[in-house]
Amino acid sequence: MLDIQNIEVRYTGVILVLKGVSLKVPDEKIVTLLGANGAGKSTTLKAVSGLLSTELGRVTDGTIYFEGEPIENGDPQDIVKKGIIQVIEGRAIFEHLTAEENLMTGAYLRHDGQAVKRDLAKVYAFFPKLKTLRNKTSGYLSGGEQQMLVIGRALMSEPKIMLIDEASMGLAPLLVDEIFRIIKAVYDEEKTSILLVEQNAVAALDIAHYGYIMENGRIVLDGPSETLKDNEDIKEFYLGLSEVGSKKSYKDIKHYKRRKRWLG
Amino acid sequence: MVFFLQLTVTGILTGSIYALIALGIVIIYKATRVFNFAQGEVLIISGLATTTFISFFGIAIGLISGLIVSFFLGLIIERLTLRPLIGQPILATIMMTLGLSWALRGVGSIGWQSTIRQFPEIVSHSQIMIGEVGISRIHLIAFLVSMTVFVLFAIFFKKTKLGLGMRATAENHQFAQSTGINVKGVFAMTWAISCFVACIAAILLGCIGGGISPTVSMIGLKAFPAVIVGGLESAPGAVIGGLAIGLLESWAGGLIHPSLMEVTPYFVLLLVLFIRPYGLFGLVRIERV
Repeated sequence: MLDIQNIEVRYTGVILVLKGVSLKVPDEKIVTLLGANGAGKSTTLKAVSGLLSTELGRVTDGTIYFEGEPIENGDPQDIVKKGIIQVIEGRAIFEHLTAEENLMTGAYLRHDGQAVKRDLAKVYAFFPKLKTLRNKTSGYLSGGEQQMLVIGRALMSEPKIMLIDEASMGLAPLLVDEIFRIIKAVYDEEKTSILLVEQNAVAALDIAHYGYIMENGRIVLDGPSETLKDNEDIKEFYLGLSEVGSKKSYKDIKHYKRRKRWLG
Repeated sequence: MVFFLQLTVTGILTGSIYALIALGIVIIYKATRVFNFAQGEVLIISGLATTTFISFFGIAIGLISGLIVSFFLGLIIERLTLRPLIGQPILATIMMTLGLSWALRGVGSIGWQSTIRQFPEIVSHSQIMIGEVGISRIHLIAFLVSMTVFVLFAIFFKKTKLGLGMRATAENHQFAQSTGINVKGVFAMTWAISCFVACIAAILLGCIGGGISPTVSMIGLKAFPAVIVGGLESAPGAVIGGLAIGLLESWAGGLIHPSLMEVTPYFVLLLVLFIRPYGLFGLVRIERV
């Protein structure tokens, strides 16, 4: 469905951020993209959704195919129209609009009034809490509610693929569980493909089918979630487990650090 | 007392025109974060164009074509001057609208010379007496027209899809783009609508003053305090700001000293900025604790 082939992204024409990234999101699959801060995860998503242009970035090499069509450097609204929606990180709500108005902006490009109403009901079914808050100014909702709101807004655009950027950012662990449970429920019901960018590797690998690890603008490792979960390096650096598989205690930390075994 | 009432009525009626000009500025600011210093000049150009159309096609068609042309004037201004500045520092856009105001002034004096263009007497200038307070009919109609425009805009912003898109764009351009809103299209539409509103204000001013001349653009300066008092992002604020400035001007001029009329709005401007920097009705930044 989504096929990113060896893309290179530069900001303002000089700052090279992605140095040849390739990844695939097959139909009806959840794929996760893991990595530390500044690895280029969000840039990858923005390259797909066309939002790079607002930050003076461009795909300078490589191609992004969506259903066989090249879409790199396209207009964001055309890309949304094709069925690709990005959930921007950090709870990108319109603060002064009410919850329901926020949801309706998701359906901005749609003209099928009846279907929009049906989808609104569907979103409220996924997020019952939002229904009770529909007429509240969204800026005053809690962090978890705002995150639900942006995911709900993305659903309102009838996406074929959702690019979700750090849904767990700044949320309490219980809320993270709930958000991921809902993402999984949305996937189970709608069978939309999902590209999940995360720092919370445990939660992401739990629901994803396939994973990519990104470092410094490159993909350094990829594989099915099960394989990744068993990889020693992943366990050490992303899952916070030591070699024996038990939670690490700071008491036992040695004086040397484990080195990563890949070339970044 | 009658004198005071008379001042009040006059203040409110002239204030409604300021409010209309302020609304034009607010519409643009809300969606694009650009403060349009050229609003007064847009008003003049669209007013002068309307007088020309009226002299060619008669009143009805003249007015309509004036409104349509100013709508397109807005699209052209946005495309030529502001579109290339998307993403540039705020100072650049400020300088651009300032430059635009002088350019439009130039266009006005080249195209129409600096003479007053007569406006036909569409409504009679006779007065209606309520008790002992006289209200000129044309002022009253101007007031009603501007209030209707405000109500229509309130409904437009609240109920239509384009209105929703504009409000979303006003909050955050990137977020709006991510939901598929055509942000550039919204920018163009806001300029078009704002110039349309400016043309309505120009027509009303022309009817009240009997004509329109390039010097009327000074009225744009009166709208700035109205905008700031009301709050840059608030359309209802523009109404109240405009009316407040009209009232204060009228009271200060009538009760204290006529020369105060011109400066009062700016005193108020300073005072409001001092107490509430975001204006009386501006959006307070939402911060959750």
